[in-house]
Amino acid sequence: MGPTRDSDAKPLFQQTASPGLRVVILLIVSVTMMTLDHRFHHLDSLRRAMSVLVHPLRVLVDLPVRASRALSESLTERSQLLQDNSELRAQHLTDSQAIQRMAAIEAENARLRALLQSSAPVADRALVASILSVDLDPFRHRVVLTRGTREGVFSGQPIIDDHGVLGQVDHPGYLSADALLITDPDHAIPVVVNRNGLRTIAVGTGEIDRLELPFLTNRADVREGDLLVTSGLGGVFPAGYPVAVITRVARDPGRQFASVSARPTAALDHVREVLLLFPDTGSDDQVEEQLATEGDDGD
Amino acid sequence: MTDGRWIIPLSIVTAMALMILPMPDALQHLRPDWVALACVYWIIALPQRYGVVMAWICGLFLDVLQGTLLGQHAVALAFTGFMAHKLHLQLRNFPVVQQSLAVAALIFIYHFLLLWLDGIVGTPTSTNVLWGPPLSSMLFWPIVFGVLRDLRRRARLS
Repeated sequence: MGPTRDSDAKPLFQQTASPGLRVVILLIVSVTMMTLDHRFHHLDSLRRAMSVLVHPLRVLVDLPVRASRALSESLTERSQLLQDNSELRAQHLTDSQAIQRMAAIEAENARLRALLQSSAPVADRALVASILSVDLDPFRHRVVLTRGTREGVFSGQPIIDDHGVLGQVDHPGYLSADALLITDPDHAIPVVVNRNGLRTIAVGTGEIDRLELPFLTNRADVREGDLLVTSGLGGVFPAGYPVAVITRVARDPGRQFASVSARPTAALDHVREVLLLFPDTGSDDQVEEQLATEGDDGD
Repeated sequence: MTDGRWIIPLSIVTAMALMILPMPDALQHLRPDWVALACVYWIIALPQRYGVVMAWICGLFLDVLQGTLLGQHAVALAFTGFMAHKLHLQLRNFPVVQQSLAVAALIFIYHFLLLWLDGIVGTPTSTNVLWGPPLSSMLFWPIVFGVLRDLRRRARLS
Protein backbone atom coordinates (compact mmCIF):
# COMPACT_ATOMS: atom_id res chain seq x y z
CA MET A 1 0.00 0.00 0.00
CA GLY A 2 2.98 2.26 0.59
CA PRO A 3 3.61 3.18 -3.04
CA THR A 4 -0.08 3.78 -3.76
CA ARG A 5 -0.31 6.28 -0.94
CA ASP A 6 2.95 7.75 -2.15
CA SER A 7 1.42 8.42 -5.54
CA ASP A 8 -1.63 9.99 -3.94
CA ALA A 9 0.73 12.47 -2.33
CA LYS A 10 2.10 13.51 -5.71
CA PRO A 11 -0.64 15.02 -7.85
CA LEU A 12 1.91 15.67 -10.58
CA PHE A 13 1.75 12.04 -11.67
CA GLN A 14 -2.02 12.08 -11.78
CA GLN A 15 -2.06 14.94 -14.24
CA THR A 16 0.20 13.32 -16.81
CA ALA A 17 -1.22 11.15 -19.58
CA SER A 18 -2.78 7.87 -18.43
CA PRO A 19 -0.98 4.63 -19.37
CA GLY A 20 -3.79 3.82 -21.77
CA LEU A 21 -3.37 7.07 -23.69
CA ARG A 22 0.42 6.70 -23.65
CA VAL A 23 0.30 3.19 -25.05
CA VAL A 24 -2.00 4.35 -27.86
CA ILE A 25 0.37 7.22 -28.70
CA LEU A 26 3.38 4.89 -28.62
CA LEU A 27 1.51 2.39 -30.79
CA ILE A 28 0.92 5.03 -33.45
CA VAL A 29 4.57 6.18 -33.22
CA SER A 30 5.81 2.57 -33.51
CA VAL A 31 3.63 1.74 -36.49
CA THR A 32 4.82 4.91 -38.22
CA MET A 33 8.43 4.00 -37.46
CA MET A 34 8.03 0.45 -38.70
CA THR A 35 6.45 1.66 -41.93
CA LEU A 36 9.20 4.23 -42.47
CA ASP A 37 11.87 1.65 -41.70
CA HIS A 38 10.39 -1.16 -43.78
CA ARG A 39 9.21 0.72 -46.86
CA PHE A 40 11.41 3.78 -47.16
CA HIS A 41 14.51 3.20 -44.99
CA HIS A 42 14.12 6.71 -43.59
CA LEU A 43 15.27 5.74 -40.10
CA ASP A 44 18.75 4.54 -41.01
CA SER A 45 20.35 7.55 -39.31
CA LEU A 46 18.46 6.85 -36.05
CA ARG A 47 19.47 3.19 -36.21
CA ARG A 48 23.07 4.20 -36.90
CA ALA A 49 23.13 6.55 -33.89
CA MET A 50 21.59 3.93 -31.59
CA SER A 51 23.92 1.22 -32.86
CA VAL A 52 26.87 3.26 -31.59
CA LEU A 53 25.29 3.19 -28.11
CA VAL A 54 24.66 -0.55 -28.38
CA HIS A 55 28.12 -1.39 -29.75
CA PRO A 56 29.96 -1.57 -26.36
CA LEU A 57 27.43 -4.14 -25.12
CA ARG A 58 28.02 -6.34 -28.16
CA VAL A 59 31.78 -6.10 -27.72
CA LEU A 60 31.41 -6.93 -24.02
CA VAL A 61 29.37 -10.06 -24.78
CA ASP A 62 31.88 -11.09 -27.45
CA LEU A 63 34.84 -10.59 -25.08
CA PRO A 64 34.75 -13.93 -23.16
CA VAL A 65 34.51 -15.92 -26.41
CA ARG A 66 37.40 -13.95 -27.91
CA ALA A 67 39.48 -14.35 -24.74
CA SER A 68 38.95 -18.13 -24.62
CA ARG A 69 39.99 -18.39 -28.26
CA ALA A 70 43.10 -16.32 -27.65
CA LEU A 71 43.92 -18.46 -24.61
CA SER A 72 43.54 -21.74 -26.49
CA GLU A 73 45.70 -20.33 -29.29
CA SER A 74 48.46 -19.31 -26.92
CA LEU A 75 48.36 -22.70 -25.22
CA THR A 76 48.72 -24.64 -28.49
CA GLU A 77 51.71 -26.92 -28.39
CA ARG A 78 54.88 -26.13 -30.29
CA SER A 79 54.71 -29.35 -32.30
CA GLN A 80 51.16 -28.55 -33.34
CA LEU A 81 52.24 -25.07 -34.44
CA LEU A 82 55.16 -26.46 -36.43
CA GLN A 83 52.87 -28.95 -38.13
CA ASP A 84 50.32 -26.23 -38.96
CA ASN A 85 53.11 -24.09 -40.30
CA SER A 86 54.43 -26.75 -42.67
CA GLU A 87 50.91 -27.59 -43.84
CA LEU A 88 50.19 -23.92 -44.54
CA ARG A 89 53.49 -23.58 -46.42
CA ALA A 90 52.57 -26.49 -48.65
CA GLN A 91 49.12 -25.02 -49.18
CA HIS A 92 50.66 -21.65 -50.02
CA LEU A 93 52.93 -23.25 -52.61
CA THR A 94 50.06 -24.97 -54.44
CA ASP A 95 47.95 -21.79 -54.21
CA SER A 96 50.65 -19.58 -55.65
CA GLN A 97 51.17 -22.03 -58.49
CA ALA A 98 47.45 -21.71 -59.29
CA ILE A 99 47.70 -17.92 -59.07
CA GLN A 100 50.62 -17.85 -61.53
CA ARG A 101 48.50 -19.61 -64.13
CA MET A 102 45.58 -17.40 -63.18
CA ALA A 103 47.52 -14.25 -64.11
CA ALA A 104 48.16 -15.55 -67.60
CA ILE A 105 44.57 -16.67 -68.02
CA GLU A 106 43.24 -13.32 -66.79
CA ALA A 107 45.37 -11.46 -69.35
CA GLU A 108 44.17 -13.79 -72.09
CA ASN A 109 40.57 -13.36 -70.95
CA ALA A 110 40.91 -9.56 -70.98
CA ARG A 111 42.26 -9.70 -74.55
CA LEU A 112 39.43 -11.95 -75.71
CA ARG A 113 36.84 -9.75 -74.00
CA ALA A 114 38.35 -6.67 -75.62
CA LEU A 115 37.92 -8.42 -78.99
CA LEU A 116 34.28 -9.09 -78.14
CA GLN A 117 33.91 -5.47 -76.94
CA SER A 118 32.56 -6.60 -73.57
CA SER A 119 33.59 -5.23 -70.19
CA ALA A 120 36.64 -6.72 -68.54
CA PRO A 121 36.21 -7.84 -64.93
CA VAL A 122 38.44 -5.88 -62.59
CA ALA A 123 39.99 -6.89 -59.30
CA ASP A 124 37.98 -5.96 -56.20
CA ARG A 125 39.42 -4.23 -53.17
CA ALA A 126 38.74 -6.05 -49.89
CA LEU A 127 38.69 -5.27 -46.16
CA VAL A 128 39.10 -7.93 -43.46
CA ALA A 129 36.42 -7.92 -40.75
CA SER A 130 35.63 -10.33 -37.96
CA ILE A 131 32.22 -11.51 -36.82
CA LEU A 132 31.17 -10.76 -33.24
CA SER A 133 29.83 -13.84 -31.50
CA VAL A 134 26.50 -12.44 -30.44
CA ASP A 135 23.10 -13.96 -31.10
CA LEU A 136 20.58 -11.83 -32.95
CA ASP A 137 16.95 -12.54 -33.74
CA PRO A 138 16.73 -16.37 -33.81
CA PHE A 139 14.40 -16.34 -36.82
CA ARG A 140 16.85 -14.52 -39.07
CA HIS A 141 20.30 -15.31 -40.32
CA ARG A 142 22.19 -12.18 -39.42
CA VAL A 143 25.65 -11.44 -38.08
CA VAL A 144 27.42 -8.40 -36.65
CA LEU A 145 30.71 -7.33 -38.24
CA THR A 146 33.39 -5.28 -36.51
CA ARG A 147 33.66 -2.72 -39.31
CA GLY A 148 31.38 0.22 -39.92
CA THR A 149 30.90 3.33 -42.02
CA ARG A 150 34.10 4.65 -40.42
CA GLU A 151 35.99 2.20 -42.67
CA GLY A 152 33.77 2.89 -45.66
CA VAL A 153 31.31 0.00 -45.24
CA PHE A 154 28.06 0.64 -47.12
CA SER A 155 24.62 -0.91 -47.37
CA GLY A 156 24.51 -3.80 -49.85
CA GLN A 157 28.25 -4.45 -49.65
CA PRO A 158 29.10 -8.09 -50.54
CA ILE A 159 30.78 -10.28 -47.90
CA ILE A 160 32.82 -13.40 -48.72
CA ASP A 161 35.01 -15.86 -46.85
CA ASP A 162 37.76 -18.08 -48.26
CA HIS A 163 35.26 -20.53 -49.78
CA GLY A 164 32.54 -18.32 -51.21
CA VAL A 165 29.88 -15.69 -50.80
CA LEU A 166 28.58 -15.19 -47.26
CA GLY A 167 26.01 -12.42 -47.59
CA GLN A 168 25.69 -8.66 -47.75
CA VAL A 169 25.73 -5.70 -45.38
CA ASP A 170 22.24 -4.70 -44.31
CA HIS A 171 22.47 -1.90 -41.74
CA PRO A 172 25.92 -0.30 -41.58
CA GLY A 173 26.60 1.52 -38.31
CA TYR A 174 29.50 3.80 -37.47
CA LEU A 175 31.55 1.16 -35.62
CA SER A 176 29.82 -2.08 -36.59
CA ALA A 177 27.56 -3.37 -39.33
CA ASP A 178 24.62 -5.78 -39.36
CA ALA A 179 24.83 -8.22 -42.24
CA LEU A 180 22.35 -10.58 -43.87
CA LEU A 181 23.54 -14.11 -44.74
CA ILE A 182 22.57 -15.73 -48.04
CA THR A 183 20.53 -18.35 -46.14
CA ASP A 184 18.22 -15.73 -44.56
CA PRO A 185 14.66 -16.25 -45.83
CA ASP A 186 14.63 -12.61 -46.98
CA HIS A 187 17.72 -13.01 -49.14
CA ALA A 188 18.04 -13.88 -52.81
CA ILE A 189 21.20 -13.90 -54.91
CA PRO A 190 21.51 -14.01 -58.71
CA VAL A 191 23.70 -16.97 -59.68
CA VAL A 192 24.85 -18.82 -62.76
CA VAL A 193 25.59 -22.53 -63.11
CA ASN A 194 29.34 -22.63 -63.67
CA ARG A 195 29.21 -25.66 -65.99
CA ASN A 196 26.86 -24.25 -68.64
CA GLY A 197 26.14 -20.59 -67.82
CA LEU A 198 22.49 -21.15 -66.91
CA ARG A 199 21.25 -18.09 -64.99
CA THR A 200 18.89 -18.32 -62.02
CA ILE A 201 18.31 -17.02 -58.48
CA ALA A 202 19.22 -18.76 -55.21
CA VAL A 203 16.88 -17.96 -52.33
CA GLY A 204 17.61 -18.41 -48.61
CA THR A 205 15.52 -20.94 -46.71
CA GLY A 206 16.19 -20.14 -43.05
CA GLU A 207 18.29 -23.30 -42.74
CA ILE A 208 21.99 -22.58 -42.40
CA ASP A 209 23.10 -25.24 -44.91
CA ARG A 210 20.48 -24.98 -47.65
CA LEU A 211 19.54 -22.61 -50.46
CA GLU A 212 16.66 -23.11 -52.84
CA LEU A 213 16.51 -22.51 -56.58
CA PRO A 214 12.79 -22.13 -57.20
CA PHE A 215 12.93 -20.77 -60.76
CA LEU A 216 14.42 -23.73 -62.63
CA THR A 217 12.09 -25.57 -65.00
CA ASN A 218 11.92 -29.34 -65.18
CA ARG A 219 13.93 -29.35 -68.39
CA ALA A 220 16.70 -27.11 -67.01
CA ASP A 221 20.17 -28.60 -67.32
CA VAL A 222 21.29 -28.88 -63.68
CA ARG A 223 22.86 -31.82 -61.90
CA GLU A 224 23.89 -32.65 -58.38
CA GLY A 225 27.38 -31.35 -57.76
CA ASP A 226 27.09 -28.35 -60.08
CA LEU A 227 28.82 -25.24 -58.77
CA LEU A 228 26.83 -22.00 -58.65
CA VAL A 229 28.78 -18.75 -58.93
CA THR A 230 27.58 -15.16 -58.73
CA SER A 231 26.38 -13.86 -62.07
CA GLY A 232 27.03 -10.18 -61.42
CA LEU A 233 23.47 -9.33 -62.42
CA GLY A 234 21.61 -7.08 -60.02
CA GLY A 235 24.68 -5.01 -59.30
CA VAL A 236 25.19 -6.12 -55.69
CA PHE A 237 27.56 -9.06 -55.99
CA PRO A 238 30.49 -8.97 -58.40
CA ALA A 239 30.55 -11.84 -60.90
CA GLY A 240 32.49 -15.06 -60.48
CA TYR A 241 32.46 -15.81 -56.75
CA PRO A 242 31.35 -19.33 -55.74
CA VAL A 243 28.04 -19.43 -53.88
CA ALA A 244 26.80 -22.99 -53.48
CA VAL A 245 26.94 -26.57 -54.75
CA ILE A 246 23.74 -28.27 -55.88
CA THR A 247 22.87 -31.12 -53.55
CA ARG A 248 19.47 -32.28 -54.76
CA VAL A 249 17.47 -32.07 -57.97
CA ALA A 250 13.94 -33.49 -57.86
CA ARG A 251 11.89 -33.41 -61.05
CA ASP A 252 8.18 -34.01 -60.71
CA PRO A 253 6.58 -34.32 -64.18
CA GLY A 254 3.33 -32.94 -62.79
CA ARG A 255 4.94 -29.63 -61.96
CA GLN A 256 6.45 -26.97 -64.12
CA PHE A 257 9.42 -26.23 -61.89
CA ALA A 258 12.01 -28.62 -60.49
CA SER A 259 12.75 -28.60 -56.78
CA VAL A 260 16.46 -27.85 -56.48
CA SER A 261 18.48 -27.41 -53.28
CA ALA A 262 22.05 -26.27 -52.88
CA ARG A 263 24.58 -26.13 -50.04
CA PRO A 264 26.51 -22.86 -49.56
CA THR A 265 30.26 -23.24 -50.08
CA ALA A 266 31.09 -20.60 -47.44
CA ALA A 267 31.30 -21.79 -43.83
CA LEU A 268 28.26 -19.76 -42.79
CA ASP A 269 27.90 -21.12 -39.28
CA HIS A 270 31.45 -21.14 -37.99
CA VAL A 271 33.41 -18.52 -39.89
CA ARG A 272 35.12 -15.81 -37.81
CA GLU A 273 37.08 -13.74 -40.30
CA VAL A 274 35.43 -12.45 -43.46
CA LEU A 275 36.24 -10.14 -46.36
CA LEU A 276 34.17 -7.08 -47.24
CA LEU A 277 34.45 -6.40 -50.97
CA PHE A 278 34.58 -2.98 -52.55
CA PRO A 279 33.51 -3.68 -56.14
CA ASP A 280 35.42 -1.33 -58.43
CA THR A 281 32.96 1.37 -59.48
CA GLY A 282 35.36 2.70 -62.10
CA SER A 283 34.68 -0.29 -64.40
CA ASP A 284 31.73 1.34 -66.17
CA ASP A 285 33.80 4.39 -67.06
CA GLN A 286 36.55 2.13 -68.33
CA VAL A 287 34.13 0.25 -70.55
CA GLU A 288 32.71 3.48 -71.93
CA GLU A 289 36.21 4.80 -72.56
CA GLN A 290 37.18 1.54 -74.24
CA LEU A 291 34.07 1.59 -76.43
CA ALA A 292 34.63 5.24 -77.25
CA THR A 293 38.21 4.64 -78.36
CA GLU A 294 37.20 1.57 -80.36
CA GLY A 295 34.44 3.59 -81.98
CA ASP A 296 37.01 6.18 -82.96
CA ASP A 297 39.17 3.46 -84.45
CA GLY A 298 36.23 2.20 -86.47
CA ASP A 299 35.60 5.65 -87.93
CA MET B 1 15.96 6.86 -2.23
CA THR B 2 17.51 8.50 -5.26
CA ASP B 3 21.04 7.11 -5.04
CA GLY B 4 20.02 3.52 -5.73
CA ARG B 5 18.38 4.33 -9.05
CA TRP B 6 21.33 3.09 -11.11
CA ILE B 7 20.40 -0.53 -10.46
CA ILE B 8 17.43 -0.19 -12.81
CA PRO B 9 19.39 0.70 -15.97
CA LEU B 10 22.07 -1.76 -14.87
CA SER B 11 19.56 -4.61 -14.60
CA ILE B 12 18.12 -3.77 -18.02
CA VAL B 13 21.55 -3.57 -19.67
CA THR B 14 22.43 -6.94 -18.10
CA ALA B 15 19.18 -8.35 -19.48
CA MET B 16 20.09 -7.03 -22.93
CA ALA B 17 23.52 -8.68 -22.69
CA LEU B 18 21.79 -11.98 -21.83
CA MET B 19 19.56 -11.53 -24.89
CA ILE B 20 22.56 -11.55 -27.27
CA LEU B 21 24.73 -14.03 -25.35
CA PRO B 22 25.75 -16.81 -27.75
CA MET B 23 23.83 -20.03 -27.04
CA PRO B 24 23.85 -23.45 -28.68
CA ASP B 25 21.43 -23.76 -31.60
CA ALA B 26 19.27 -26.27 -29.76
CA LEU B 27 18.51 -23.72 -27.04
CA GLN B 28 18.02 -20.79 -29.44
CA HIS B 29 14.25 -20.89 -29.21
CA LEU B 30 14.18 -21.47 -25.45
CA ARG B 31 15.89 -18.23 -24.47
CA PRO B 32 13.88 -16.43 -21.78
CA ASP B 33 12.95 -12.85 -22.63
CA TRP B 34 15.23 -11.28 -20.07
CA VAL B 35 14.49 -7.68 -21.04
CA ALA B 36 10.75 -8.24 -20.92
CA LEU B 37 11.07 -9.93 -17.51
CA ALA B 38 13.14 -7.05 -16.11
CA CYS B 39 10.69 -4.47 -17.49
CA VAL B 40 7.72 -6.35 -16.05
CA TYR B 41 9.42 -6.52 -12.66
CA TRP B 42 10.20 -2.79 -12.49
CA ILE B 43 6.72 -1.88 -13.68
CA ILE B 44 5.14 -4.07 -11.00
CA ALA B 45 7.50 -2.84 -8.29
CA LEU B 46 7.52 0.89 -9.11
CA PRO B 47 4.41 1.58 -11.21
CA GLN B 48 4.46 5.33 -10.46
CA ARG B 49 7.87 5.80 -12.03
CA TYR B 50 8.15 3.12 -14.69
CA GLY B 51 5.53 2.24 -17.22
CA VAL B 52 4.93 1.91 -20.91
CA VAL B 53 7.41 4.60 -21.95
CA MET B 54 10.32 2.81 -20.28
CA ALA B 55 9.21 -0.48 -21.84
CA TRP B 56 8.96 1.19 -25.24
CA ILE B 57 12.48 2.66 -25.02
CA CYS B 58 13.89 -0.72 -23.92
CA GLY B 59 12.12 -2.32 -26.88
CA LEU B 60 13.60 0.22 -29.28
CA PHE B 61 17.11 -0.60 -28.07
CA LEU B 62 16.30 -4.29 -28.40
CA ASP B 63 15.32 -3.64 -32.03
CA VAL B 64 18.69 -2.07 -32.76
CA LEU B 65 20.52 -4.77 -30.80
CA GLN B 66 18.81 -7.64 -32.61
CA GLY B 67 18.61 -5.98 -36.01
CA THR B 68 14.84 -6.25 -36.31
CA LEU B 69 12.42 -3.70 -37.73
CA LEU B 70 12.73 -0.45 -35.78
CA GLY B 71 9.64 -0.36 -33.54
CA GLN B 72 8.78 -4.07 -33.58
CA HIS B 73 10.05 -5.03 -30.13
CA ALA B 74 9.18 -1.51 -28.96
CA VAL B 75 5.48 -1.82 -29.63
CA ALA B 76 5.28 -5.39 -28.34
CA LEU B 77 7.11 -4.51 -25.13
CA ALA B 78 5.09 -1.32 -24.62
CA PHE B 79 1.87 -3.31 -24.86
CA THR B 80 3.20 -6.00 -22.48
CA GLY B 81 4.29 -3.24 -20.10
CA PHE B 82 0.87 -1.67 -20.34
CA MET B 83 -0.79 -4.93 -19.29
CA ALA B 84 1.69 -5.42 -16.46
CA HIS B 85 0.93 -1.86 -15.35
CA LYS B 86 -2.82 -2.51 -15.42
CA LEU B 87 -2.44 -5.70 -13.42
CA HIS B 88 0.30 -4.59 -11.03
CA LEU B 89 -1.90 -4.61 -7.93
CA GLN B 90 -3.04 -8.19 -8.58
CA LEU B 91 0.39 -9.41 -9.68
CA ARG B 92 2.04 -8.05 -6.54
CA ASN B 93 -0.27 -10.03 -4.30
CA PHE B 94 0.04 -13.30 -6.16
CA PRO B 95 2.29 -16.02 -4.73
CA VAL B 96 5.40 -16.57 -6.87
CA VAL B 97 4.04 -19.65 -8.68
CA GLN B 98 0.89 -17.86 -9.75
CA GLN B 99 2.98 -14.84 -10.71
CA SER B 100 5.04 -17.08 -12.98
CA LEU B 101 1.92 -18.25 -14.77
CA ALA B 102 0.74 -14.68 -15.26
CA VAL B 103 4.18 -13.70 -16.55
CA ALA B 104 4.11 -16.65 -18.97
CA ALA B 105 0.82 -15.31 -20.32
CA LEU B 106 2.32 -11.81 -20.72
CA ILE B 107 5.38 -13.17 -22.53
CA PHE B 108 3.14 -15.27 -24.74
CA ILE B 109 1.24 -12.16 -25.81
CA TYR B 110 4.58 -10.37 -26.34
CA HIS B 111 5.77 -13.12 -28.67
CA PHE B 112 2.44 -13.32 -30.40
CA LEU B 113 2.72 -9.62 -31.25
CA LEU B 114 6.30 -10.07 -32.50
CA LEU B 115 5.32 -13.00 -34.72
CA TRP B 116 2.24 -11.18 -35.95
CA LEU B 117 4.35 -8.19 -36.99
CA ASP B 118 6.83 -10.58 -38.67
CA GLY B 119 3.90 -12.03 -40.59
CA ILE B 120 2.71 -8.59 -41.73
CA VAL B 121 6.18 -7.66 -42.96
CA GLY B 122 6.38 -10.99 -44.78
CA THR B 123 9.16 -12.78 -42.91
CA PRO B 124 8.24 -16.45 -42.85
CA THR B 125 8.39 -17.85 -39.32
CA SER B 126 7.06 -20.97 -37.71
CA THR B 127 4.47 -20.80 -34.94
CA ASN B 128 6.09 -23.78 -33.19
CA VAL B 129 8.66 -21.42 -31.72
CA LEU B 130 5.93 -19.42 -29.99
CA TRP B 131 5.87 -21.78 -27.01
CA GLY B 132 9.52 -21.91 -25.95
CA PRO B 133 10.17 -18.40 -24.61
CA PRO B 134 7.00 -18.13 -22.45
CA LEU B 135 7.81 -21.50 -20.91
CA SER B 136 11.44 -20.70 -20.12
CA SER B 137 10.48 -17.20 -18.95
CA MET B 138 7.99 -18.80 -16.56
CA LEU B 139 10.69 -21.05 -15.13
CA PHE B 140 13.16 -18.18 -14.72
CA TRP B 141 10.70 -15.63 -13.32
CA PRO B 142 11.14 -16.67 -9.64
CA ILE B 143 14.92 -16.15 -9.98
CA VAL B 144 14.57 -12.78 -11.74
CA PHE B 145 11.98 -11.73 -9.19
CA GLY B 146 14.12 -12.79 -6.24
CA VAL B 147 17.31 -11.15 -7.50
CA LEU B 148 15.67 -7.86 -8.50
CA ARG B 149 13.61 -7.65 -5.31
CA ASP B 150 16.75 -8.20 -3.27
CA LEU B 151 18.56 -5.47 -5.23
CA ARG B 152 15.63 -3.11 -4.89
CA ARG B 153 15.45 -3.60 -1.13
CA ARG B 154 19.18 -3.05 -0.72
CA ALA B 155 18.96 0.13 -2.77
CA ARG B 156 15.90 1.15 -0.72
CA LEU B 157 13.82 1.86 -3.78
CA SER B 158 10.09 1.88 -3.23
